Amino acid sequence: MTSQARAPVVPAANDGSAPSRPTVAALWLALAAVPDPEIPVVSVAELGILRGVEWDAADPATLIVVVTPTYSGCPATELIATSIREALAAAGVARVRLETRLSPAWTTDWMTPEGRRKLREYGIAPPGGTGAAVGAAAIDVAGISPLRRAAVPVVCPRCGSLQTRLLSQYGSTACKAQYRCLDCLEPFDYFKPH
Amino acid sequence: MDPAAPRDEALFQYLLRLGDTPLILAQRLGEWVGRGPVLEEDIAQTNVGLDLIGQARLWLAYAGEVEARCAPAGRDEDQLAFLRDGGDFRNLLLVEQPNGSFADTIARQFLFDAWHLLLLRALADSGDARIAGIAAKGAKEAAYHVERSEDWVIRLGDGTDDSHARMQAAIDDLWMYTGEMFTPDAVELGLVEAGIAADVRALAAPWRQRVDAVLAEATLAAPGETYMQRGGKQGVHTEHLGHLLAEMQVLQRAYPGARW
Repeated sequence: MTSQARAPVVPAANDGSAPSRPTVAALWLALAAVPDPEIPVVSVAELGILRGVEWDAADPATLIVVVTPTYSGCPATELIATSIREALAAAGVARVRLETRLSPAWTTDWMTPEGRRKLREYGIAPPGGTGAAVGAAAIDVAGISPLRRAAVPVVCPRCGSLQTRLLSQYGSTACKAQYRCLDCLEPFDYFKPH
Repeated sequence: MDPAAPRDEALFQYLLRLGDTPLILAQRLGEWVGRGPVLEEDIAQTNVGLDLIGQARLWLAYAGEVEARCAPAGRDEDQLAFLRDGGDFRNLLLVEQPNGSFADTIARQFLFDAWHLLLLRALADSGDARIAGIAAKGAKEAAYHVERSEDWVIRLGDGTDDSHARMQAAIDDLWMYTGEMFTPDAVELGLVEAGIAADVRALAAPWRQRVDAVLAEATLAAPGETYMQRGGKQGVHTEHLGHLLAEMQVLQRAYPGARW
């Protein structure tokens, strides 16, 4: 169900509001600079957790920002909310209403190509496959072999080798697994499809 | 009386069950911090716990909102977690069982994860949109949890003589706590009827199929018919829950209302 989720719409220009108010497009740009606290090379926009920015129709001085958290227990969620408020205050927005939207659930499919490139350059293998499959797949009980199933090829972000091995399903955060490259021998994090 | 009140009371009870089970299991997994057999597993264990705490917060926050509709006042997620006594907890008996060895912890996790994933996928179709949203999100996390716990059951079961024996003993010991996962009571059946709750009876066959497949690959024997314990969902717990709560709630009990 998550695969049909619409991408956030970024209005191209002025939304017709009073000139003293920053445009929504300008505020998207301001928020695009807010880094993820756990992986500071990518922004909250590139991760796909920033889902909407709009002026409140009922109260033109209030900006509504919609965020979809990554994992239910992600400890970065509260820090991200604080960072978003600070970035908007710096952009001249005094009143912000931060809304958390759970559904549709966040998926790595929402991560931008730019975000994936930055992850790779930072040394984290970006998510492969499609995240939608993780939540929606029916349980395949026939010939179950989790150890082998976990051995899908993940490209080493340092040397590009396909000869890599899963070390642990969880890394420094819940969203990452730990891998080791069998060619350059370096361990690395893999951002799991979600 | 508001005609919706009896439904809300049942929904409140149901949400406590949904929230208390991951909360108590997360507390157990938290006991592993700094004690994992290897660093990677120490981290993995607590990352799984973190997912479960996040899910518990979402369920209990909703429970508190529903409680406000059918009781004089609703409690927030922290009040529900830290200021209830054992008899008011509605978690499954399985998750309050002590950590034991790594094999005991993995067996508990595996039996739970396989059920949890099925439950959350069923709840993703709930007629209650809030329940469906929390469940759909949690199911994606549970899919990784069960993959990890299955890996370990196979690795330890099909491992050394010692790891095999410990894994088999752990599965045998915990088996009697799996029955209540598939036994609904009146609270659940009423909500199943209303299209809100999942019918856990329908989860038994796919759960058993998956568990049997993994145990077979792990060279472990599935336990035979046995007496099944129950009571967790009604607040009748094993002696272990009180000790767990004493640690989990100590700060709020010693300094009521303390905040970060």
